[in-house]
Amino acid sequence: MDYPRSSEDKEGSGKLSLLISNGFVYDPLNGIDGERISLCVKGGKVVEDVDERKAKVIDASGMVVMPGGVDIHCHIAGAEVNTGRLLRPEDHVKDVEAKTALTRSGVGYSVPSTFTTGYRYARMGYTTVMNPSMPPLKARHTHEELNDTPMVDKATYPLLGDWWFVLEYLRDGKLEECATHVAWMIRATKGYAIKLVNPGGLEAWGFGRNVRDINDPVPNFNITPKEIIRGLCRVNQLLHLPHTIHVHTNNLGKPGNYVTALETMRCVENMFSGGHPVIHVTHCQFSAFKGSDWKTLRSGAEEIAKYVNRHNHVTLDMGQVVFTDTTTMTADGPFQFILYQLSGNKWVNRDVETETSAGIVPFRYRRKSYVHATQWSIGLELALLIKDPWKIFLTTDHPNAAPFTTYPRIISWLMSRRARERTLKKISKRARHNSLLPSINREYSLYDVVIATRAGTAKALGLKQKGHLGTGADADIAVYNVNPEKIDPSKGYKTVRRAFQRAAYTIKGGEIVVKDGEIVKPTAGRTLWVDVRLSSNPRMVDADLKRRFRNYWTVEYENYPIPENYLHAPSPIPVKAEV
Amino acid sequence: MEAECVTPNAFAEKSMGEIGSLQIWEGNRKRALGELFQIEGEESSPPEKVSIHLIGDLGKVRRIGAGMSAGEIAVTGDVGMHLGEGMKGGTIRVTGNAGSWVGSMMKGGLIEIEGNAGDYVGAAYRGSTKGMRGGIIIIHGDVGNEAGCFMRNGLIKILGNAGQFAGVHMREGTIYIQGDAEARAGAQMLGGKIVIGDYIPSILPTFTIDSIRPNVKLNGEKVEGPFYRFIGDLADQGEGKLFVSKTKNQHLNFYEKYL
Repeated sequence: MDYPRSSEDKEGSGKLSLLISNGFVYDPLNGIDGERISLCVKGGKVVEDVDERKAKVIDASGMVVMPGGVDIHCHIAGAEVNTGRLLRPEDHVKDVEAKTALTRSGVGYSVPSTFTTGYRYARMGYTTVMNPSMPPLKARHTHEELNDTPMVDKATYPLLGDWWFVLEYLRDGKLEECATHVAWMIRATKGYAIKLVNPGGLEAWGFGRNVRDINDPVPNFNITPKEIIRGLCRVNQLLHLPHTIHVHTNNLGKPGNYVTALETMRCVENMFSGGHPVIHVTHCQFSAFKGSDWKTLRSGAEEIAKYVNRHNHVTLDMGQVVFTDTTTMTADGPFQFILYQLSGNKWVNRDVETETSAGIVPFRYRRKSYVHATQWSIGLELALLIKDPWKIFLTTDHPNAAPFTTYPRIISWLMSRRARERTLKKISKRARHNSLLPSINREYSLYDVVIATRAGTAKALGLKQKGHLGTGADADIAVYNVNPEKIDPSKGYKTVRRAFQRAAYTIKGGEIVVKDGEIVKPTAGRTLWVDVRLSSNPRMVDADLKRRFRNYWTVEYENYPIPENYLHAPSPIPVKAEV
Repeated sequence: MEAECVTPNAFAEKSMGEIGSLQIWEGNRKRALGELFQIEGEESSPPEKVSIHLIGDLGKVRRIGAGMSAGEIAVTGDVGMHLGEGMKGGTIRVTGNAGSWVGSMMKGGLIEIEGNAGDYVGAAYRGSTKGMRGGIIIIHGDVGNEAGCFMRNGLIKILGNAGQFAGVHMREGTIYIQGDAEARAGAQMLGGKIVIGDYIPSILPTFTIDSIRPNVKLNGEKVEGPFYRFIGDLADQGEGKLFVSKTKNQHLNFYEKYL
């Protein structure tokens, strides 16, 4: 099927203008909380005003208008995702989407095919999606899949926390060389941010081992995870990358690991000098377990929330569990191995030969399981106990804790105590007894939800054109059919959930792409990547790299980087580094 | 052709004209049942009284009787893959051969094939761990590989020979093979019972001999032995039972010294 690769390709789209009138507008980055104002869109951007006679008018009366959703962490493309697809035919057979005049056929459920992924995000009003783990050697594959993920803008984070060059440069105190190398890697892989997964642990996993905590030296490298985290945090600052380091902590998914999560946050505390945070701890639910084993598992959400409430250098995302059948996939090979042993399910271990590792295990979260129900509770506790919505964002670590299509359900839990109580009644008795949720009265307002799903994430990602509706912002807008004057989300949580499942309108790049939850115009979406410009000529590092490529790689140095024209609609974000 | 509409449930309470206009996929094209079959019959009735008689070469027609819960289907000739997939009740009888996946994921009812059947009789969907959960499948001829893969309950009776990996990943239920079985029967089985009435070249090394039994019971019916009884698959801490005819498998008598 032929369709425009990006909205810019289409002739005349620059002249198309829209007027979204009478909606309740939520734009937290500009301090707008449900005011009835009209939005003007022209040339793919939000503008001051348009010619009302020529503009297409969208009547949004009785509806809410907000920026398009920005997902900070969801596995939608790349080697491990595709292996997950291969591993789970039984997941696809129950969720098939037929081809329509506008959209391609595809399958779900927990690891949907690329096109279906794009369509489903757009139907929920999402317009930007971040793919959080890409082994640099598999960048080509990842970008091929991202090219085929329509409807949304996307970016991907290369995994660098276990990469030999990084470990060696940091061990030898060569910070500038490390920064130069990371800059090369980000440019070569067309990446967006530095991703660390179980720093040091994955390297150890290549030899069948793991690291115990952030002070346990990595075998063969004589460097601790703490030094890797701090080193890459500094590198991130030197390179002026728009996002912070994006960290999946050590000991993820093990009882008692909330201590590791706290240590991880604490170890970069003194690198913060106000302003933009320095670390993002992702899918924090999996890192907030208290107790010494699965039987004594408790929630560590209170301790983490207490810390985060007092510190401003950290942002989190939830990694919220929803009771469903899903597929876990992370670069954390040793963790996935434990999960395989626990569940006895089929599993795949892969990418160990690349700069990282990966594991995939199908998993069903059950209401009646004490551990699963406690995990469900921890995610919500974190989101509700952390007072500032700019610090914790909504994710499910798709597809690890649940598929992204469950976001509307999570929104209803956040917005309604009643919705939480309803689910609490159905879960394991012991988990209910230990849960902190009954003692929490807080309910997210729509304003908070907008922060947790778009404004906050866009801010944390440093996406200046996204997550808000100010003049000059990308015209990525979602309109949901829920009237905040008539519906109290606390009681009418089902209405809210339904509204977020099917956006009344999704506007992408100034074009209406979804109407009443159905795709009306397929678009391609762009691939964002950070074009790090160095101030010096990195000859030394380059020579080192070339030598090693000759000696060790099966890929030629010249073939390793992804050329920009390989991306169908590249959108480089230039940054000027300090090195 | 994908013919999941050919079930007593879909035909119930419908006139001949309505049945003829039921949709069927031929390749990637939608067709009406009436375009491909000549349909004759009597007045409509509830599903449990519906009896469908199919005549012709249906070797390429898949999913006949999928999900049916009552009534009867009789096929004169061969049928394609996925016959009675996920069926819950009722009866299917075939005079010819059937393709692969006969009664995959079935929960109840009876399927009887007078000829041979392909691979994956009573198996789980690809990748799934939920195989046949109830009902009876009787095959008068031979079957292919992996019969009863991930079987969770019910009975599969094979009066001919079986291919490799009969009862692979089996959790519960019974498989009876009157004829020969190729190797690797019961690989990764965790529970349930496999009975082999004739020759099997070898037993997997992850099975251990338990006893010699004079006979074995199949859903109340007694099969005379004697049988070697093996337990496995120990590679997965399985407690499945594998019965192998003693008289037809003299080459396995070295196991007796471990008793």
